[in-house]
Amino acid sequence: MKRSITRLLMAPSVILLLIWMIVPLSMTIYFSTIRYNLLYPGQNNFVGWMNFEFFLTDPGFFPAVANTLILLASVLIITVVLGVLLSALIDRPFWGQGIVRVLLISPFFIMPTVNALIWKNMMMNPVYGIFAWISESLGLEPIDWLSSLPLASIIIMVSWQWLPFAILVFVTALQSQDTEQKEAAQMDGATGWHIFRYLTLPHLARPITVVVMIETIFLLAIFAEIFVSTGGGPGYDSTNLAYLIYNQALLQYDVGVASAGGLFAVILANIVAFFLIRAVGKNLTV
Amino acid sequence: MKLTQQRKLRTTLTGLFAWTIALILFFPIFWMFITSFKTELQAISVPPSLFFEPTLENFSIVQERSDYVHHALNSVITAFGSTLIALAIAIPAAYSMAFFPSKRTKDILLWMLSTKMLPAVGVLVPIYILSRDYGLLDSRTGLVIIFTLMNLPIVVWMLFSYFKDLPKEILEAARMDGATPWDEMVKVVMPLSIGAISSTGLLSIVLCWNEAFWSLNLTASEAAPLTAMIASYSSPEGLFWAKLSAASTLACAPIVIFGWFCQKQLVQGLTFGAVK
Repeated sequence: MKRSITRLLMAPSVILLLIWMIVPLSMTIYFSTIRYNLLYPGQNNFVGWMNFEFFLTDPGFFPAVANTLILLASVLIITVVLGVLLSALIDRPFWGQGIVRVLLISPFFIMPTVNALIWKNMMMNPVYGIFAWISESLGLEPIDWLSSLPLASIIIMVSWQWLPFAILVFVTALQSQDTEQKEAAQMDGATGWHIFRYLTLPHLARPITVVVMIETIFLLAIFAEIFVSTGGGPGYDSTNLAYLIYNQALLQYDVGVASAGGLFAVILANIVAFFLIRAVGKNLTV
Repeated sequence: MKLTQQRKLRTTLTGLFAWTIALILFFPIFWMFITSFKTELQAISVPPSLFFEPTLENFSIVQERSDYVHHALNSVITAFGSTLIALAIAIPAAYSMAFFPSKRTKDILLWMLSTKMLPAVGVLVPIYILSRDYGLLDSRTGLVIIFTLMNLPIVVWMLFSYFKDLPKEILEAARMDGATPWDEMVKVVMPLSIGAISSTGLLSIVLCWNEAFWSLNLTASEAAPLTAMIASYSSPEGLFWAKLSAASTLACAPIVIFGWFCQKQLVQGLTFGAVK
């Protein structure tokens, strides 16, 4: 009796997510095996692995996979390392802590589309941008960020958005750290570095896992920043998997190849998820 | 004596350092805000001008050109609508998993999270075709459905980790008094976790408000929320920086201010209760 009620309570979530997973996924699998180009309707014959072949031999394929992973890894490293260091530094109370917190968290609320537009136009523009102005004031040659360092530019934009998130999670976590333990260690002559290494860092293990998990979910799917700022270019220099597939499907109208690409993205995400969920499963008590 | 002085100096230095970092990170937002009150000529002047006579002209042009109010309304309806539905579906699920766990509970939770790993772009085409066939393209209903499903796993997770931390004794007392699981959920658990439910809701609203992939690909004009409106400014025409800044400021201000007010709760929510 009780069991049936609890099942009933879970049913809507489970059923909806099952549909959300199975229906589009099986359609994608089906599309990936047929010729399906919106420009040539009615010619949807079975082609086997051909779409996969096309996708895997696309000149953009390797750059896209590499860029996806580089983007993920760089932003994770930047936000976690800087996040831990900064939050350890600003952990103790100081004047205006509340305002600093509000300022720090703000980039997290900025839409990815707006984020890209601000950085593209107002920060990184080689003529009128703030960066160009700074370089010129220092007597340096301004950099055309989006065309000469496109992937780095995207990494800066995305890190800017996610660093505040990491800092806030870590700062919140540090507030629950045992101060007595810290003081005792100080009495025993432990240096700041030792306290950080042997007390603070282990205390942050769980929050770090959470940050890595949430960021990975969002970073694998980075789209708006690329769509708005570089359009994947120049060439494929800032194309990630998400953008490459979008390009196949909606700009070249090739649904078959895009579906094959979509499946590839699903597989890649699941490989990443496999390791991630194993780590998280250990670190999160369920 | 010397030690306290040293400590004071250190506090001052950390404060200065923290302020510097915060101001640097906030600068792009500040600059967007400032630029929105400039004329187009002032906006691209080199060196950048910090002092000028502010004008409100850009804002009225934005409203005229892209009907800000219409898109903002779409954002509000889709973000709040999908959040409410997601909460309504997720609360019972999280409740039953937290209080009546079975051997498979952990597996179900991890499976739910793994649906978030399904890249949106991998299923874009089917969703696009389904939306088209059911007349949901460029409709608020379509976006609400997508947003609900998109955030459901995270909402379930967050609520689950809160519910799990509620003292079990309270529930047992209610059960002694003959409460059914439904009564328990509605009359005991939900009132106790108003904070958790609202912080989960807040996060879901922020994520929907800023979501760009689905809104860009599934809406045109009727149902386009602010994220899609802003993207239309990325065209060459969008090179009018002052107007672009005004549009961006208008698009972000509601959610940024909202975030400022709820930042503490949001952080707690975002961490799945892993940070105590």
